[in-house]
Amino acid sequence: MLRTRIWRRFLHHRLALCGAVVVALLLASALFAPALAPQDPTLLDTAARFRPPFASWSHPFGTDELGRDTLSRLLHGGRVSLTVGLVAMVTTVLTGAMVGILAGYLGGVVDALLMRFVDTMLCFPQVFLLLVIAAFVPPSLVSISLVIGLTSWMEVSRIVRAEVLQIREQDFVAAARVLGVPPLRIMVREVLPNAAAPILVAATLKVASAVLMESYISYLGYGVQPPLASWGNMLTNAQGYLDSVPWLAILPGAAITLTVMGFNFLGDGLRDALDPRLRMDR
Amino acid sequence: MIGFILRRLLQAVPLLIGVSLIGFGLMHLAPGGPLAVYTLNPTIQAQDIERIRIIFGLDQPVHVQYLNWAAGMFTGHWGNTFFGGRPVLEVILERLPATMLLMGSALSLAMLLGLAIGILGAVRRYGVFDALATTGALFALSFPTFWFGLMAIYVFAIELQWLPSGGMYELGEEGSVISLLRHLVLPACVLALVITATWSRYARSAFLEVIDQDFIRTASAKGVPPARILFRHAFPNAAKPLIALLGVELPFLFSGALVTETIFGWPGMGRLFVDALGMKEYPVLMGMMMFTAFFVIAGNLLADVAIALIDPRIRLS
Repeated sequence: MLRTRIWRRFLHHRLALCGAVVVALLLASALFAPALAPQDPTLLDTAARFRPPFASWSHPFGTDELGRDTLSRLLHGGRVSLTVGLVAMVTTVLTGAMVGILAGYLGGVVDALLMRFVDTMLCFPQVFLLLVIAAFVPPSLVSISLVIGLTSWMEVSRIVRAEVLQIREQDFVAAARVLGVPPLRIMVREVLPNAAAPILVAATLKVASAVLMESYISYLGYGVQPPLASWGNMLTNAQGYLDSVPWLAILPGAAITLTVMGFNFLGDGLRDALDPRLRMDR
Repeated sequence: MIGFILRRLLQAVPLLIGVSLIGFGLMHLAPGGPLAVYTLNPTIQAQDIERIRIIFGLDQPVHVQYLNWAAGMFTGHWGNTFFGGRPVLEVILERLPATMLLMGSALSLAMLLGLAIGILGAVRRYGVFDALATTGALFALSFPTFWFGLMAIYVFAIELQWLPSGGMYELGEEGSVISLLRHLVLPACVLALVITATWSRYARSAFLEVIDQDFIRTASAKGVPPARILFRHAFPNAAKPLIALLGVELPFLFSGALVTETIFGWPGMGRLFVDALGMKEYPVLMGMMMFTAFFVIAGNLLADVAIALIDPRIRLS
């Protein structure tokens, strides 16, 4: 029993470790994309269209329907996708933590109103909300990130609120209150640091879902606009050539999956390590 | 019980008000507002737009407009489509059966598989199967549905040619059940993947929670056969969080159906939504948002009632 448990833990944490390595590699490749990419991702070369992958050194991952180098597009697309993912995550976490702390710490009417608003937002399927708002605002990297962030903070606020409800009752908070520390300062200096673990876990998992959402809306044409490459809009073009050049669809999708997996594994491992109460596999 | 249902219905009122406020707000946020199709049309004169504004009641104060709009929402007057002028509710309801068929089959498949995987994992906790299943679920949750759909089309429709790549019927075979089933297999399986993963995770933790409790140990000490313990003793107790999950997961199901329907050209509500987005059919978009929100509220309500039916402690507290 103990040995199998250890084996299982090992497997679990090895996955988290894999996740961390994948995330680190992806971040590095996004950061150094201009240096790593063999050529300009927008460079057209109609003489070299649909080159297969792993066939030549000049185009290691082949070329697309316009002769653009797939590896360069993947690297630069990753830059775009990860930027959107990270900015959306920051928006999500800031909004969610703010709402959660205000609702949990202040309680009463504020709590009731904020949480009813959260319930209301959760009645709409996120993709519906996301697509409608994304179609209304002119697409840019900032607007896409904000729209994703502002449609996905609700769960974070619930997690933070639940955490704050417990922290609020502890002695050091009562002590701060008795000492006359202003509520805002208690929230930021006393309560927030003690809710850091679940926020960190949620943040990691939110990067994964934001990258996924960006790829959905870019795939449907309401996200990142060409010629700027993102993994999502690379798939839009690739869909038309699925029967003849499938690798054009396989590669960006694999990149999305790898990224989402990396952040999910990392987040899951962080949850196990930081917050045993939240474990899925008690 | 009736008291519980009434109380629960009352709790849904603020949700309905909130949902309608957001819906109304979004419609006015749309570029060009509710009259976009007229204001963006260069052949329509300014004085005509003014007349249309008055006909539509858009010259009235905002709160009057909202009340009129909300009253329409609750009495089934959801406005007409910009193109073709058909009632929005009719257009949506026309697409409902296809979506229900897709969501229903994916959900049934996912629940069966997910429950089986979760229960097996919980019974043989930390075993090899359990480790594989929990890791597999994490993998499955990371798959982008639309890419998984594209890959499924590539493998099963293009390479192997076993199944059709999209649509609902073969040309000239409209209404044929066999043609429908053949078209349903791929989208239903693709949509089911992520739901199966979620269900197996929740089923596993729900059963683990129950399996360690005293009454299960008592039953097992009395010599009740394991299968009977599982289905008669553990199942009803583990079912509560799973029924709640059914209600909570509805919005995700709609999101997943939207993505799946676009990939497979399945003529359901998700497809309608994406088409309406492309044509700037704001009344249809808003109608769809409201429809799914109502559906989600009703789903959660039903889930709560079902839980109260199972567990008397909840309806009495």
